[in-house]
Amino acid sequence: MSEQFEPKIVAFVCNWCTYAGADLAGTSRTKYATNVSIIRFPCTGRIDFMLLMKAFENGADGIIVSGCHPNDCHYTSGNFHARRRWIVFRSLLDFMGFDTDRITFSWVSAAEGTKWASLVNETTEKIRAKGAFTEFKNLDLETFNRLHDEAIAK
Amino acid sequence: MKIGYYPGCSLEGSSKEYNDSLFAVAEKCGVTLEEIKDWSCCGASAAHNLNHDLSLALPARTLALAGSQGFAEIVVPCAACYSRLASTNHEISENVTVKTKIEGYIDLKLTADVKILTVFEFLQKYIFPTVDKHIVNKLNQKAACYYGCLYTRPKETAAVDQIENPMEMDEVMVKAGATPIDWAFKTECCGAGLSVSRTDIVAKLSGKILEAAADRGAESIVVACPMCHMNLDMRRPEIKKQLKKDINIPVLFITQALGLSMGIPADKLGLNKHYVSTNKVVNCIVKMEA
Amino acid sequence: MARIGVFICHCGENISATVDVAKVAEKAGKLSGVAFSVDYKYMCSDPGQTLIIEAIKKHKLTGIVVAACSPRMHEGTFRKAAEKAGINPYFCEMANIREQVSWVHPKSDTTTQKALDIVRTLVEKVKKNTALFPIKVPVTKTALVIGGGIAGIQAALDIANAGHQVIMVEKKPSIGGHMSQLSETFPTLDCSQCILTPRMVEVAQHPNITLHTYAEVESVSGFVGNFDVKIKMKAKSVDYSKCTGCGACWQKCPSKKIPDEFNEGMGFRTAIYSPFPQAVPNKPVIDRLNCTWFLKGKCGLCTKICPTGAINYDAVDEFIDVKVGAIVTATGFDLKHADFFPEYGYGKFKDVIDGMQFERLASASGPTAGEIRRPSDGKIPEKIVFVACAGSRDKAKGIEYCSKICCMYTAKHAMLYKHKNHEGKAYVFYMDIRAAGKDYDEFVRRAIEEDEVQYIRGRVSRIYEKNEKLIVKGVDTLMNGEPVDIEADMVVLATAVVANIEAESLAQKLHISYNKHKFFAEAHPKLKPVETNTAGIMLAGACQSAKDIPESVSQASASASKVIGLFSSSELTREPIVAVVNRQAPPNYTSCTGCLLCQEVCPYHAIETEEIKDRAGNVLKVVARVNAGLCQGCGTCVAMCRNKSIDLQGFSNDQMLSEVMALLNS
Repeated sequence: MSEQFEPKIVAFVCNWCTYAGADLAGTSRTKYATNVSIIRFPCTGRIDFMLLMKAFENGADGIIVSGCHPNDCHYTSGNFHARRRWIVFRSLLDFMGFDTDRITFSWVSAAEGTKWASLVNETTEKIRAKGAFTEFKNLDLETFNRLHDEAIAK
Repeated sequence: MKIGYYPGCSLEGSSKEYNDSLFAVAEKCGVTLEEIKDWSCCGASAAHNLNHDLSLALPARTLALAGSQGFAEIVVPCAACYSRLASTNHEISENVTVKTKIEGYIDLKLTADVKILTVFEFLQKYIFPTVDKHIVNKLNQKAACYYGCLYTRPKETAAVDQIENPMEMDEVMVKAGATPIDWAFKTECCGAGLSVSRTDIVAKLSGKILEAAADRGAESIVVACPMCHMNLDMRRPEIKKQLKKDINIPVLFITQALGLSMGIPADKLGLNKHYVSTNKVVNCIVKMEA
Repeated sequence: MARIGVFICHCGENISATVDVAKVAEKAGKLSGVAFSVDYKYMCSDPGQTLIIEAIKKHKLTGIVVAACSPRMHEGTFRKAAEKAGINPYFCEMANIREQVSWVHPKSDTTTQKALDIVRTLVEKVKKNTALFPIKVPVTKTALVIGGGIAGIQAALDIANAGHQVIMVEKKPSIGGHMSQLSETFPTLDCSQCILTPRMVEVAQHPNITLHTYAEVESVSGFVGNFDVKIKMKAKSVDYSKCTGCGACWQKCPSKKIPDEFNEGMGFRTAIYSPFPQAVPNKPVIDRLNCTWFLKGKCGLCTKICPTGAINYDAVDEFIDVKVGAIVTATGFDLKHADFFPEYGYGKFKDVIDGMQFERLASASGPTAGEIRRPSDGKIPEKIVFVACAGSRDKAKGIEYCSKICCMYTAKHAMLYKHKNHEGKAYVFYMDIRAAGKDYDEFVRRAIEEDEVQYIRGRVSRIYEKNEKLIVKGVDTLMNGEPVDIEADMVVLATAVVANIEAESLAQKLHISYNKHKFFAEAHPKLKPVETNTAGIMLAGACQSAKDIPESVSQASASASKVIGLFSSSELTREPIVAVVNRQAPPNYTSCTGCLLCQEVCPYHAIETEEIKDRAGNVLKVVARVNAGLCQGCGTCVAMCRNKSIDLQGFSNDQMLSEVMALLNS
């Protein structure tokens, strides 16, 4: 029997809203998929989007970025910067041919435990349907050398 | 312009005068209403009481036909038909799974976005712009506009702006030179389909409505629903017995009232088809100064 | 060489029921750099903490990871333990394997593996941690209380009596709030103004309280201990330093027909007015929107009459800047105005009124000198119908919550009416009776048993007028749903309690959270009911949620105690999670190029410029520098910096990269 593909999803979340919302989901004993692991940031404004690329490079199949709702950022404006950064980054990724649907950008407040659980479940199913992320992986040394030799030969 | 028309069963039968008066008004203003070809029953109360899918499939068929026949808008004068079509439209546009299922039943596609107009939306949009030059009479009386249930419930598909105190028909009556009264029974139930099975309840409920209108000095009651008309008009003898009072206020369809103010003759508006005589209304009319 | 200690907590069974803690401890022990790994039942307990402290000393650990509950719970606890053991507390990180693993996943190998993944992630992070030292900032020992109702008054008095300065800002011309409009208060039927006014006077006379009435908060910046607040002092048109409150001006003012806000529109006031006789301060203001002088340039009678020349038509709004260390919001509530209830005819029928209007009728100082009279014709009503839950607990009206105070004040109103009109009949249409406070249920029973108020369980569907009476159509659900029609002379609606109309804009000025009904959000609904998520800002009273006077007073004292705690030392210790711009040896000095993009995005204006000079004093470059006292640690600057010259302590680029790499690579 073939095993179901279990996607690996990394969530970059802010401490004040989404992390607290995820804690609330836990306190409420809401059950959700195991595929998402959280990395805690003080604010979504802190998230350097190259870290997202590092995640994909190292085996992530999908990513969630989530913070406070606009106007409610604990630090006033961090989430606005994160949002703008995401809009620019997404169009660059799109241009590169990257499937931007593998990254989910969301707002989950500290009171929205159920929303966090739904977000995890929905994203897990979405990425599961897309399958493992296999494009744009690091070249291993052997492949690199081969390509290098081929290019020189031409 | 081509506006679709869905009479439903009532306007072809028991409320033929509603149909005739609507056409008379439209014709006078140069508006053509084209009946949807091969339309069928909307299901009314029976369908939604028996089977939810059936209650969606029947109106959906009409909407699909309207769409495929190229109508962007359709007028649905009967309140029940309107309510059924609007609810169905709401449900299938919110839920793709339901829409696909219903399309399967009726074997037609629901792709077109057909806008469903109530009779007063139709009057506001297509008749009001040109009606002023046709108004030759003032109705000169106090009119109680009665909206009933189906235009005001449920909230999601309500056909009026203020569901506790609708004013759409009141605005039409002002145009017709009448004085619409402020009264508290605008949206109370008339007894609806119990007209046949429990006429005593209809007598009580419709009686309360009539009494409330009479208390406020109404000289006519104006409706936009065949069922309301039947309960308030045809069941008058039972009501009089119930109230032990002789209330003779006539009940007009909104299109008949407007038609009278446009100088359309009473028999063309079907006023002779009512049970309670409308002579008083006709006699109250005052010709406007040129 | 890192020597990390890993401590896996069972948390009783909370973690061990679904995560194989022994296995996680065992596997963690094999991770590179981990010198010690153990699991234990209750890590946060005394013996648990001792276990950690001894392990640090014995195994010479350089850092620890405690895998247990959320860091939002116990990070502080374990950091203190680390400090006791002799290492810098910031070498302690927590791995959340309870709220985010054991409580949300079933018992399985996958769950255990996930716990291990998270432990591994934090182990790699800790290896990159650096020693950090708390930052001390001065604290201004002045509190700002926004709102002068009973909650604001209580908080201000408590803080002032503890020896600290208080600035109170109230937008109306007088303090007192809604409590000053009430006639009697439940459950004692105490005269509201009698118990309130002494407190109002105390506030005005207290040496530690500076009272600004007819003023509003314009803007707030800064952070806990160091807020900068701009207050708008609206133009009163009366110079309070000269005014003696003699009242000659409003007695003679010819504009006498302005609907009176204090009397909820049931009476009139003049254009120059003091809202009520016991107002504090008892000096008038001019309502410029309705004053003949400001509208037409005529009259000016008050100027002529004033014996001290206190009238000043040229006064303008003024702004003052104050520095405070803590803020208490006590902005109270409003009643939902009901054109919202067209089926009840509020606004259409003069004799359908709301609860606050009834209070004014019942008040001795009200428009009818305390006699309950119909607004339409001034007659005394023989039958009054009270409609409870008018708008509350009703999804269709958009207010799903219970307004809490209405069951009690409806009973009170019915009783007051009966006390004044023994022969009158009072009916209450209710859904449930919520009388849970001390002596509350007994109060309602009194209304029913002693004062013969008739309670009918059912809602009212419509009210309409007939022959000068109000026909109330309701239902009695305890009598099998039998319809009940009452011909009433007056109807009182217990309308929903809603947030103050300016609550949302104030919340945005203060950067505090609020819910969809614009009630301010507490930091934790159970355990932190008077603090907000913004350090230094407390909540008191109905601005947080509908509540009665005893609860408002309790909450006000509670928030005052938080403020007093904050002010108990001369310095505030702040977490050193702050940004730092790197500095290097000459000739670079720093990799920062001085683009100052970080300065643009910092919400706290915490980034300053620094001139880098050579030994001769020539300026080589102007670069960025973080003011650690102002920085709040959001890290937006770090993500913006083009060449990674600024980093965030506690969440550095190295640390975050290690976490990502460790999570995905086992």
